[in-house]
Amino acid sequence: MQKLSQKLEELTVPPISVGPAGGHRVVGKSVERIDGWEKVSGAAKFLEDLDFGPNLLYAALVESPVAHAKIKKIDVRDALKVPGVVKVVTGKDFPYKFGLYMKDRYVFAYDRVRFVGEQVAAVIAWSPKAALRGAAKVKVDYEELPIVLDPVRAIEKNATLIHPDLGNYPHVPWFFPKADTNIAHWRKTRKGDWEKGFREADAVLEDTYFVPRYAHCAIEVHAAVGLYDMSGRLTVWTASQSPFTQRNVFAEALAPLGISHKDVRVITPYVGGGFGGKAGVSMEIIGAALAMTVKGHPVKVLWNRAQEFCNTYQRQGVVAKIKMGVKKNGKITALEHSLYWDAGAYVEYGANVVNAAGLSATNPYRVDNVKIDSICIYTNLPPGGPYRGFGYSEFSFGIESHVTRMAQKIGLDPVEFRRRNHIKEGDTLPYGAHMNPNGLRESIDKVAAEIMWGSKAKSDDPKKAVGKSLVLFWKSPAMPPNAASSAFLKFNEDGSINILISGMEIGQGLLTAMAQIASEILSVPVAKIRVETPDTDRNPYEWQTVGSHVTWGCGNAVKKAALDARDQIFELVQRALHLEKDTLYLEDERVKCRTKPDFELSFASFVIAGIQTEDHTFKGGPIMGRGVFMPEFASAIGDPETGQGGHPNVHYTTGAAGLILEVDKETGKMKIRKVALAVDVGKAINPDLIRGQVVGGLLQGFATVLYEDMRYSEKGKLLNPNFSDYKIPTSLDVPEEIVPIIVEVPQPDGPFGARGVGEHTMIPTASLVANAVEDALGVRIKSMPITAEKVALTVSKG
Amino acid sequence: MKNISIQLKLNGVRRTLEVEPSDVLLDVLRDKLGVKSPKVGCDRGDCGSCTVFMNGKTVRSCLVLAVEADGADVVTLEGISKNGPTRLQKEFVKRNSFQCGFCAPGVILSAEEALKKHPRASDEEIKEHIAGNLCRCTGYKPILDAIKTVASGKASK
Repeated sequence: MQKLSQKLEELTVPPISVGPAGGHRVVGKSVERIDGWEKVSGAAKFLEDLDFGPNLLYAALVESPVAHAKIKKIDVRDALKVPGVVKVVTGKDFPYKFGLYMKDRYVFAYDRVRFVGEQVAAVIAWSPKAALRGAAKVKVDYEELPIVLDPVRAIEKNATLIHPDLGNYPHVPWFFPKADTNIAHWRKTRKGDWEKGFREADAVLEDTYFVPRYAHCAIEVHAAVGLYDMSGRLTVWTASQSPFTQRNVFAEALAPLGISHKDVRVITPYVGGGFGGKAGVSMEIIGAALAMTVKGHPVKVLWNRAQEFCNTYQRQGVVAKIKMGVKKNGKITALEHSLYWDAGAYVEYGANVVNAAGLSATNPYRVDNVKIDSICIYTNLPPGGPYRGFGYSEFSFGIESHVTRMAQKIGLDPVEFRRRNHIKEGDTLPYGAHMNPNGLRESIDKVAAEIMWGSKAKSDDPKKAVGKSLVLFWKSPAMPPNAASSAFLKFNEDGSINILISGMEIGQGLLTAMAQIASEILSVPVAKIRVETPDTDRNPYEWQTVGSHVTWGCGNAVKKAALDARDQIFELVQRALHLEKDTLYLEDERVKCRTKPDFELSFASFVIAGIQTEDHTFKGGPIMGRGVFMPEFASAIGDPETGQGGHPNVHYTTGAAGLILEVDKETGKMKIRKVALAVDVGKAINPDLIRGQVVGGLLQGFATVLYEDMRYSEKGKLLNPNFSDYKIPTSLDVPEEIVPIIVEVPQPDGPFGARGVGEHTMIPTASLVANAVEDALGVRIKSMPITAEKVALTVSKG
Repeated sequence: MKNISIQLKLNGVRRTLEVEPSDVLLDVLRDKLGVKSPKVGCDRGDCGSCTVFMNGKTVRSCLVLAVEADGADVVTLEGISKNGPTRLQKEFVKRNSFQCGFCAPGVILSAEEALKKHPRASDEEIKEHIAGNLCRCTGYKPILDAIKTVASGKASK
């Protein structure tokens, strides 16, 4: 009986893989990027490279010079006299709120400004220079209000209220704002009895960690071009990770002007780096809104580098208070983790960063007694928002520093401590759901071996000390429970394929990975597949390219589209040529038959034209696959007081990282001798692209701890909004040795078992450095960044 | 102010045009001459995205006034692969060296210059030479590895 069912299965499920060793033909191979030559030849077009013709208008912004004030009066008369100026637009022209998860912003500041650099008005002109001259002539009278820059101060009793109307703001049901305070959202996660846990502990450690703000620094700045044409349709070209989310936000915000979703079209060419900074909607709303005021003219808004720093999203700062209890045997008995987020002037996206952190701030440890408070606090600094790691990069510094210190306190090796406490498949997560299959243990072991954990590294130079560290990371995509992906797959006359998706190529290699997935199923070589960047008129829906979820979500949609196309092919061949479809399979761009070895039909002969039958008529027509994916098991609704009951996270990608760091004892100068990072990607669709994420993410992460630092004046003005004063790494800062390690424990609902990896590689870096500095020099630094200067000063203080 | 007529050789072709005295070369290349590979990244010489060859040497075209380029020989990324991809370009593609690709035009010209100056460049010389071109995606390593491969003569021709 069993044999029969096996045999049936063999017959009815044609193997997807036709590789020589029974493995996959192209999934798992490091093929060249399909956008490689386009980018290396200079042909790749980014938003600023598109031409909009001589009818194009340019906008320049009038920005707030103060961090908190009422707008008393705006005088635009002198600006309108500047030659070339067409129009001046202010908040009164667009009294509409917008926002991704909470509607707390206006297109232009309406009655008050809340951060230095906020857009107050726009001057539209025939040239960029005329627009700038006009913007300089707009006079704004402000009545300054008290400011608050520190999140902990902002929740004190008499703090100035930044959003007095907070209680009226529409928001998603999983946010809990506190009216008449600066608390925009408070995520509480409670599990077990933490007080009992602390009483049972043999050792308890309590401390506070400080993480400042950071900037994404994509080399391409934000830009948007809007065109409201004479027929009343709005097209917006943006440099964005989120074309469909933008379309939705534009349509919702501008609905009072008679705009409907069908009339809004968002086109996103290649993006010159995103890292979360080009997710959601920030300055793009200005391009959409201004277009409505100059019907028939495209109008361009292009940020300069300073605006890029000040008025998109910044990574939020956080003050993390951690209390942990452990038994002598190393078992963690209780954890209290309170995160006070400096979320900035608007939190329409940033509050979800706070939410994500509040669900997972245990890091990948099994802790039975947990109390997490993740508090989103308005301050008079630029809006906070998503940045690679989405809250996990931020809280990882404190928790992984603390875990190492906890191990030291009870005299246990920090890696052994992690081995005893790391989370396993099936363990209960902080909010009650269960942990997915993962290769965390394998990651720990491989990284420990790679950095020869246990043997003390030394320097030949007596002035230098060497330290090692090993930390863990995890992260889940932070997304609404019903975030969907979809794909169309179209065959062409020659058997080549165009795939339409709205997942965004932001450098990670999405287009290539999607081509590999389709290639695997349809046997069409990757080189014969094009995958296009999004145009919401042409490409089907994708929520956004964020959260390291598109390999998984969009990948599932593409896989389904390819399977749909394959089924159509089988159906057609059965109908036209009377071959049982269960005996058919695809190989080398042909349909073949298990029972008739001589039969083969090339795709090019029928995928558009159809199959000609004996009576000379044709059957079939263009083969077009369609795929849709939505996680149907997720729910964001849990008990507001405990977080228990929902299933807000679809799965976690986990891993471990290790560092060998050389430190100069006198100057504090640090050199990364070796870094190893193991990440469980489920299945590596393209190992080379994953190694690219590891190497790139690590350097971006090390930058936040070793070099970068946003400095604000006491009046809330960013003092270093440029690359001379905000130093991002150059080729001279590359670690001596980088070892990416790919672990593959399949994700049951992932395409070929894959899960995402883009953000994770940045997350562990800050705590790696903090722990290695302590291993080398015996000093514990609890605030980021950990610059050479800070190390030297800490050492000299003893 | 009055416009000024300038003449330059762009990717081997002589071009004549009118510019304002305050126009910078980068904007003129992109907006008046239609060459889009030099990118706008910072407008102050920090990022290297606007790198072009001017009279055989790389310059940051955002720091050059268009009038300074009068009579100059300017070569952009479009100009270096007219006769097919260079060895470096082939190696960059093969190694998936770039991710978003925005910095690529500037990095590639700096890398070509490095190899022109030092055909057998050492690792340190290569790092030093592209240190003025910022890349936020790749961590530089896959870029450096490709240049090293070509410098060591191991790249496929």
